[in-house]
Amino acid sequence: MADQPGSIDSTLALLESAGYVADRSLATVLFLALKLGRPLFLEGEAGVGKTEIAKVLSSALGRRLIRLQCYEGLDVASAVYEWNYAGQMMAIRLAEVGGPVDRDTLESDLFSERYLVRRPLLQALEPDTSGAPVLLIDELDRTDEAFEAFLLEVLSDFQVTIPELGTVKAEHPPIVIITSNRTREIHDALKRRCLYHWVDYPDAERELAILSSRVPQAAKRLSQEIVAFVQAIRKEDLFKAPGVAETLDWASALVELDAVALDPALVSDTLGVLLKYQDDMQKMQGSRAKDMLDQVQSVLRAHA
Amino acid sequence: MTKKTADQGEGRLADNIAYFARALRAAGLPVGPGAVLDAIAAVEAARIGMREDFYWTLHAVFVKRHEHSILFDQAFRIFWRRRALIEKLIAQMSPIAPGGAKEEKKPQAGALRVAEALTTPRQEKPEPVEKTEFFARLTVSDREVLKAKDFAQMSAAEITVTKRLIAEMSLPDDEVTTRRFLSDPRGRRIDPRKTFRRSLRGGGAAIDLAYRSPAVRHAPVVALMDISGSMAEYSRLFLHFLHAIAEKRRKVHSFVFATRLTNISRELTSRDPDEALARASKRVQDWEGGTRIAHALHDFNRHWSRRVLGQGAIVLLFTDGLEREVTRELTFEMDRLKRSCRRLIWLNPLLRFDAFEARATGIRAMLPHVDEFRPIHSLASMQELCRALSGEPTERSNPRQWLRAS
Repeated sequence: MADQPGSIDSTLALLESAGYVADRSLATVLFLALKLGRPLFLEGEAGVGKTEIAKVLSSALGRRLIRLQCYEGLDVASAVYEWNYAGQMMAIRLAEVGGPVDRDTLESDLFSERYLVRRPLLQALEPDTSGAPVLLIDELDRTDEAFEAFLLEVLSDFQVTIPELGTVKAEHPPIVIITSNRTREIHDALKRRCLYHWVDYPDAERELAILSSRVPQAAKRLSQEIVAFVQAIRKEDLFKAPGVAETLDWASALVELDAVALDPALVSDTLGVLLKYQDDMQKMQGSRAKDMLDQVQSVLRAHA
Repeated sequence: MTKKTADQGEGRLADNIAYFARALRAAGLPVGPGAVLDAIAAVEAARIGMREDFYWTLHAVFVKRHEHSILFDQAFRIFWRRRALIEKLIAQMSPIAPGGAKEEKKPQAGALRVAEALTTPRQEKPEPVEKTEFFARLTVSDREVLKAKDFAQMSAAEITVTKRLIAEMSLPDDEVTTRRFLSDPRGRRIDPRKTFRRSLRGGGAAIDLAYRSPAVRHAPVVALMDISGSMAEYSRLFLHFLHAIAEKRRKVHSFVFATRLTNISRELTSRDPDEALARASKRVQDWEGGTRIAHALHDFNRHWSRRVLGQGAIVLLFTDGLEREVTRELTFEMDRLKRSCRRLIWLNPLLRFDAFEARATGIRAMLPHVDEFRPIHSLASMQELCRALSGEPTERSNPRQWLRAS
């Protein structure tokens, strides 16, 4: 188990050691979140590496990662806890067979930790030998407001109330990372309890660093072209601009195809890895992609 | 540094952060007193060494929305503009007054709002409001007359009464089922938790099944309103209608467009409809200008559709459809809009004319892509809309019938 970083620089180094190339603003927010024990709320387009931050953090700090994937209709039974009803029923029957039992003892027996099914939020509040776990609440915007309201108690006091058992409070609050793709606005009351950070697309230099750290097999020349092309394509009027995840996918795909440099045919064959909407692909197919590629390559040549 | 000066330095820092928070608040960022305490704690925790770190530390605490970043950036520049100020604060020394606001060299987006916020507020005299009170208890026949009357032909007094009638209107109760469950004695699914608790009460001998059924809620409404000149008489009353729906605990996102698309959902949430409208019209700059429907729809699809069209949203598109230039873009954007929502209802005040025919190219281009095509020129048509939203069958709404007819 690694210690929490003591400064912004060491946070930056920590992320880097785990293969995440962060910019200083992200490191600052992350450091504050760790230091102040506040949840970190990350918003940004899909595929800019929000979820990755939590994963990297858990592996770098040697903590357990508990992930709660949100979806519409997520309720307490699947997010926090549920009772093992079948087990409880069985216990009643067995108690009956054994003769008369005291009602109160039976009840306290049935509603004990033994029959409690722990879901992610409750797991995150439990003590862990390797230190407080990293709790990733992924894509919070997919749930409804009712669940958000429930999270308020968990995030401000790090406790959960179970009517039959009482309040479970975390001894060491977990490191909470919340992500949102911003398909809707999250309520201010929840955001107020968190530190907020907008994760943007990386600039060319950082994207190249990410690419060489994640797909080291790619030739230097190819990586440069990929990054320059993706940076250019993000400036186009697209419905969904490719994120870092798409860049990495594309690079791996091109490596698999044994490419050493981009050429127009290769680009239009593999464009589906980068763009996910039919009309975006149509826009970029053919001469447009070629023009862009020519431009990118001439700029790179000028720099070389 | 002695302890005394350190305390003093911290005091300065705290003061300056509080001043800065006040400036942010004036610039329109929702910054509460809690955030100031957080900011002070954060700055102390971060042990700032660089200007950039200081920036991002305050940013993490004060900014809670992406669009506020730009305001924060400007405010930060103006407020902490004296280079030495931050460095001095970092050293926790020397008393420094909060920076005054002068014009930045390059005014950037958001700069005006922030600059205004940082100067002492000018006393704005509220315009004298005409107060006219109307006796809203109309006789039945008055109501009937008013109901059928075209909004455009109403007198000011009639409009005032109409506004109140809109507020009283029985609003649509269209509900969608969610994946949550509520206990319901007539439900069809067994509620294990409740069943178990119940049978335990009786000692566990008998199992008394409890049931639950899926919870329902109102689907969100997204309104896209054309506010160009030709629609003026209708758009204001339609805004009142939206305000009435928004007030009844339902989620309403409202957008207006003429040449540019503007989101006025937040402005429409204030209690008083007239105040809400005044605030909304302050935001909207091209009130009653020309129309560019395709452009506005493109903006909406690109920037907002993924954010507001979730959870089974119904889109009310309020426009006359008289687009000057009909391009392929219009059909394309209409198609995309229809594909991204549950139901697309086109409200067109032109339908007030009995002899209306779908002749205009813009209308013909848009019609195939809507689920329903309805009038919205009188109280009666608004009520009809409410009924249609509640799922009651209504006539004359199928867009195909208009395409066939002409």
